Amino acid sequence: MNDGNEILRVEGLSKTFKLSKKQQRIERTSQTTRVAVNDLSFCAYPGEIFGLLGPNGAGKTTTLRILATLIKPDCGDAFIEGTSVIRDPEYTRSRIGFLTSDLRMEDFFTPDYLFDFFSTLRKIDPAVAAGRKELLFCRFGINEFAQVKIKNLSSGMKQKASLVLSIVHDPDIIIFDEPTNGLDVITAKLVTDYLEELRAAGKSIVLSTHIFSLVERLCDRVGIIFEGQMVACDTLENICEGSSLEDRFFELYRQAGGEVA
Amino acid sequence: MNHRKSGFYAILKKELYRFFTDKRTVVTTIILPGLMIFIIYSFIGSAMQGFFSVSGDYAPTISAVNLPDSIEAIGQAAGLQTYAASEESIEQVKQQITNGEADLLVVFPKDFDRTIAARESASVGYAPPNVQIYYNSTSSESNTAYGVFSGMLNAYLSSLDTPSFVINQGSAAYDLVSEENATGFMLSSILPLLILIFLFTGGVGVGLESIAGEKERGTIATLLVTTLKRQELALGKVVSLSCIALLAALSSFVGVLLSIPSLLGASGSEIAGTAATLYGVSEYLPLLAVILSTCLLFASLISILSAFAKSVREASTLVLPLMILIMLVAVVGMFQGAQSGPLFFLIPAYNSVQSMVAIFSYSIVPLNLVITIISNLVLTGFCIFVLTRMFNSERIIFSH
Repeated sequence: MNDGNEILRVEGLSKTFKLSKKQQRIERTSQTTRVAVNDLSFCAYPGEIFGLLGPNGAGKTTTLRILATLIKPDCGDAFIEGTSVIRDPEYTRSRIGFLTSDLRMEDFFTPDYLFDFFSTLRKIDPAVAAGRKELLFCRFGINEFAQVKIKNLSSGMKQKASLVLSIVHDPDIIIFDEPTNGLDVITAKLVTDYLEELRAAGKSIVLSTHIFSLVERLCDRVGIIFEGQMVACDTLENICEGSSLEDRFFELYRQAGGEVA
Repeated sequence: MNHRKSGFYAILKKELYRFFTDKRTVVTTIILPGLMIFIIYSFIGSAMQGFFSVSGDYAPTISAVNLPDSIEAIGQAAGLQTYAASEESIEQVKQQITNGEADLLVVFPKDFDRTIAARESASVGYAPPNVQIYYNSTSSESNTAYGVFSGMLNAYLSSLDTPSFVINQGSAAYDLVSEENATGFMLSSILPLLILIFLFTGGVGVGLESIAGEKERGTIATLLVTTLKRQELALGKVVSLSCIALLAALSSFVGVLLSIPSLLGASGSEIAGTAATLYGVSEYLPLLAVILSTCLLFASLISILSAFAKSVREASTLVLPLMILIMLVAVVGMFQGAQSGPLFFLIPAYNSVQSMVAIFSYSIVPLNLVITIISNLVLTGFCIFVLTRMFNSERIIFSH
């Protein structure tokens, strides 16, 4: 199955959603379906940060949700370390950490309680979990807020707690939807620094974003998606060909028939 | 902890921790229902009291067989009107007392006065004559008349030098209450329906919130990206909800027990005492099994509904038809009498009510009981299977 040394291989993923009457009205369309992802393929390698770059609605979040086993593709498949995410979703869930602002924490609990809860769900040895909690809470400055209920935390602290909770099991593959969205500059810096640390520790990261500077700062390789289709996928240097990522992006965008009003 | 089941325990623990550390939900789910029932029932009870109490100038209908002159004289002095009855009419009068048409029947042995008078001259083997007083304990008039008449006889007895006669000796049934009128009847008629209603309503509030709420707030997807098995999540949700529903039902039940004094004119501890003497392990164990299996089934039905709904609001709209359906089936089960064939015990809610009616009236058919419990558990298992499938469905999980 695993014909290279890639840690993630995505092959011909497609996903179509039905549009409800309400969605049709909002988007002023008479179409009853929308193709979110259209025959998408790419690979990610160990110890690299791979970025999916595209405008809103390009299908980034849908792709990542398929990788996280939350939704199933209409056709195509993705392989984590050679194992199909469709046929063996449990293996995928045990190998990845999925971070997104869509995944919320229950307001009523404290970060401390939730850390223990998710560690139990992940069947992590209590002693190992306690050590990891100490380490991560310290790294992200959650210590003094460990006993404060989520609902009483600031939004920055909530996001840090959410990040920590999704990596209680020290996953080798991290899938991160819009890492810096809604973060204040300090928390954003903390998160990007941490992603670099993870890469240095040999972890693989797949992230989605529409922020050029983030890709330029973090990503080793990048895939550019428009309307569910991959228009370019290569190392950052090869894609940019000497120009800036932003210029290159809009060049590809116009080639794909997009218009900037 | 068994690692294979740790997901289930983690969910169960989290749900119960969430519930019991939130004062508001504990108060509204467990304390308030019992309290409300107590207040409302007590109020209704005292309002109805007027109907049941005996008015001051009520003249009881007392029939007497072989009424001796001595007693007739005392009775007239006390203002008691007695009607002479023949020995042949005894059974007829007894029936009237059972039906509430007559209040009291007193049967004296023949030559009562002469026997008593001769007691001192009698040989060693003097057999004190037995005065039989028949009454109906569920009629307040009859009870009052019984109290007055036996009090009068006792006063007469103590005025004599030696205890020369006895009242209601032997094992004859002097209380002419029909079996259906007794406490057992009250328990067997209202309780099954009440228990069923309490089990359902107890779980509704928390149950609708538990999954629809998590969907609405986006916290359920956080669980689904972990290695937690969907089945463990479904089982954890259903079992934790069952525990809460049981507690809520217990609270409502205590509320009913406490309001019984004003509702029925008997004290709650008396009823509880009666229940304790009326029923033993062979009734309580099957009862517990029926209640537990019903509770699990209700909790899993509510959970499915909660998972199906897009929001807590939609869930609370959807639950109404289900509740009405269950109540209808239960009411039919209550008035059906306990003679349905075994196949009827496959029908949920109906089977629980019928089984409980049978248990309270000592007419359990073991086969029916087993069918009830197994069919409830199998249905619960099926619901958990459906719930597991629902947790796997992106259309269900992301439909908010």
